[in-house]
Amino acid sequence: MAQDGNSGRELAAADQSDHGQERVGSPGTAVVTSDRVTDPGLPEHRKRVTDLDPKKNKRAERVVYTLFYLSIAGSVFAIAAYMAWPINPEDLMSVRANNLFIGLGLTLALMGIGIGAVHWGKALMADHEGVDLRHPVRGTDATRERAVEIFAEANEESGFGRRALIRNSLIGALIAFPLPAVVLFRGLAPEGENPVDLLNETAWEKGTRLARDPSGQPIKASEVTLGSVFHVIPEGLGDMPHMLEEKAKAIVLLMRLKPEDLVELPERKNWSYDGIVAYSKVCTHVGCPVALYEQQTHHLLCPCHQSQFDVTNHCAVIFGPAARPLPQLPIAIDDEGYLIAQSDFHEPVGPSFWERH
Amino acid sequence: MAKKSGGLTAGAANYLDERTSISAVVKEFGRKIFPDHWSFLLGEVALYSFVVILLSGSFLTFFFQASMAEVHYDGSYVPLKGVAMSAAMSSTLDISFDIRGGLLMRQVHHWAALLFVASIGLHMLRIFFTGAFRKPRELNWVIGFVLFILAMAEGFTGYSLPDDLLSGNGLRIIDGMIKGFPIVGTWISFLLFGGEFPGTDIVGRLYTLHILLLPALVVAFIALHLVFVVVHKHTQFPGAGRTQQNVVGYPVLPVYAAKAGGFFFIVFGVIMLMATFFTINPIWNYGPYDPSPVSAGTQPDWYIGFADGALRLVPPHLEFMLFDHTFSFNILIPVGILGLFILTVLIYPFIEAWVTGDKREHHILDRPRNAPTRTAIGAAGVTFYAALWAAASSDIIATHFMVTMEGVIHTLQFCLIVGPFIAYFITKRICLGLQKKDREIVLHGFESGRIVRLPGGEYIEVHEPVDEYERWELVSYEDYKPLMIRPNSRGKITTTQRVRGSLSRWFFEDRIAPTTKNEIERSHGDH
Repeated sequence: MAQDGNSGRELAAADQSDHGQERVGSPGTAVVTSDRVTDPGLPEHRKRVTDLDPKKNKRAERVVYTLFYLSIAGSVFAIAAYMAWPINPEDLMSVRANNLFIGLGLTLALMGIGIGAVHWGKALMADHEGVDLRHPVRGTDATRERAVEIFAEANEESGFGRRALIRNSLIGALIAFPLPAVVLFRGLAPEGENPVDLLNETAWEKGTRLARDPSGQPIKASEVTLGSVFHVIPEGLGDMPHMLEEKAKAIVLLMRLKPEDLVELPERKNWSYDGIVAYSKVCTHVGCPVALYEQQTHHLLCPCHQSQFDVTNHCAVIFGPAARPLPQLPIAIDDEGYLIAQSDFHEPVGPSFWERH
Repeated sequence: MAKKSGGLTAGAANYLDERTSISAVVKEFGRKIFPDHWSFLLGEVALYSFVVILLSGSFLTFFFQASMAEVHYDGSYVPLKGVAMSAAMSSTLDISFDIRGGLLMRQVHHWAALLFVASIGLHMLRIFFTGAFRKPRELNWVIGFVLFILAMAEGFTGYSLPDDLLSGNGLRIIDGMIKGFPIVGTWISFLLFGGEFPGTDIVGRLYTLHILLLPALVVAFIALHLVFVVVHKHTQFPGAGRTQQNVVGYPVLPVYAAKAGGFFFIVFGVIMLMATFFTINPIWNYGPYDPSPVSAGTQPDWYIGFADGALRLVPPHLEFMLFDHTFSFNILIPVGILGLFILTVLIYPFIEAWVTGDKREHHILDRPRNAPTRTAIGAAGVTFYAALWAAASSDIIATHFMVTMEGVIHTLQFCLIVGPFIAYFITKRICLGLQKKDREIVLHGFESGRIVRLPGGEYIEVHEPVDEYERWELVSYEDYKPLMIRPNSRGKITTTQRVRGSLSRWFFEDRIAPTTKNEIERSHGDH
């Protein structure tokens, strides 16, 4: 960095030197020819209107200081706006006014300085181009030799290369010492818990009533009319200790189709009730809620990555990046006519993971 | 070093210099020359928007509570009164609705962050298309690339902090992606979220990353980036009098200080104007995070779009059970493709250096047309990125233009694979065409628009020769020829040689050599 002593003063110093001649290093497959057009050198400096016309110069000066004064006005206005347009908790529009007027004041304050300074630089400050010389980035041969020498001396004086036992044991120690930090990170998640076990179970169990999300009202089979869709959570979810974590796995979509529209596997025949089916709402792709139900086609659509599932066919994937059908929740009704789960899901819900099988 | 007598300023300067040797710094940098070009401002925009991010972000930290403890909202925004939410969400609402100027600062912070990533991206494109990454600047390209990744990480962590519905779904997607990783995925997700998703730890952890670790890294890498700009001195566009050995422009003091300093305030002012007039991230419309609801048209901030798009373009059913384990190729393939894409961007300077074998320093920028293959590769890369990016809005495209979702996805899949090739060939042809035009202008002059009728009745348009300064800009570019493969000292042609040879042919087979002195002289004879 300290190589450059000319500090831009030599205007015409380097302009005539031809390209390629003084450059260090192999040109590779670049074509180097002596038949190149010669560089005509820096064009003559052209004066600006502000250099030639004192009136224009005066005008530019006025513009610059006016902008700076405007900036001051903007700052003052912003402070005044802070007080003049306070936020009134009763009135949402006051937030907008507060935002608008403080923002306008600050914009004026900033733009005034910015445009003023740039205009000053462009129109009034001397605009003579300067030339700095470049030097190869590589250190000079002498510097490099000295650097090598220093390393050699240090090696000699310390015995780093010679005393292999000391060196290697030090390297070993340096590799070993950060390792405890790695195990410390085990504490990021609670101990005594295994994520695989947790992923394999949800809050649903035999007899849990299906309830509306978010009110928690249990749902009667008679309320589920043909073509309707319910967003469902297990009853009592709100009182569970890890409510959000349980909800993230237990959310279910409940739909009623004409029983003849459903194509059901024989072993899942009794998982539905009179055309009412319940499927996990967690997408098997990366876990977004599959919240959109197309009543006419009986397709479920994930709004995040557009995976589509066919409700009539056990929620098989018919489009998009998901690979697996949505898991089905086996349902039945209890004595009072409320929908209940027959059991938990028979497979983990949500995105795939390594240990899933 | 002591200055002669003088007023207070001289006294203060003397006091400082006797304790800091600051006069040496002024001597070194005060008149340092920087070249002028509008495209050099893109990097400045990135730097200044980062400063704005630091300023507005510091303000926000005084009010934001990075806690997922459940509270019942009790602020001014009536529709959410009494709703259970995390302290993070509640304090973000307070910043927006109960602190004067708080919403403004939030919006300044978010807009500045978007501008930060955007300007880094444009800056990288400028560097790429002008070949500014060539020796000695390859490592600075790598540093800049790391900054781009860090900026996206900063963006994503910040976006997730308010714990609103939209960002919560974003985190859920991240969680699902992590779980798809073989062997470690399940445990990494478990550790990251401090148990099961969503848990009560993630906002606090992201906050530490967002305001401590990542900013420290960004500052460190920016410092390193700028040190190298000083060491290398800035590149310059070709022009008469500008050589590989000099840099032509304006001195830091006073012109550059005024222009660059002023430009900081302009960037800040534009961000402020946006924050004043345009709402960004209205979390009060989304509501607090709840794993069940989701809004249609869910998509991330624009700079994460390419990754989200990659997830969407994967064909269905790419998941296999093998050895009692699940292999989620519907996640691994897009992640792998993105990884390859950014790796290619990262190492491109080294590939090109290897192909050309050029070991000289390059301080004069290429006009993109004069490196047709590189420019075409860049266009292909941009097209690839654009297809991924568009895919992140596939549902919105479908609803706005009344086309089918499936049609949009299939079209974008086609664009992703075929688009880059089309872009490559078109761009390369355009570059070669422009080079030919340049050559014609140098040899035969430019069309003056003056039509002359000759005595025989024939009409011709008079061509005027360009002046020598303009001509220099058209002829002063570097030109490479394909590598001639030669056997090495043992008489063998190695495989690396062959690969390099074919890459070199691919790069430089179609080339328009710069017009030479002889050609110009001969062309004058013709007229």
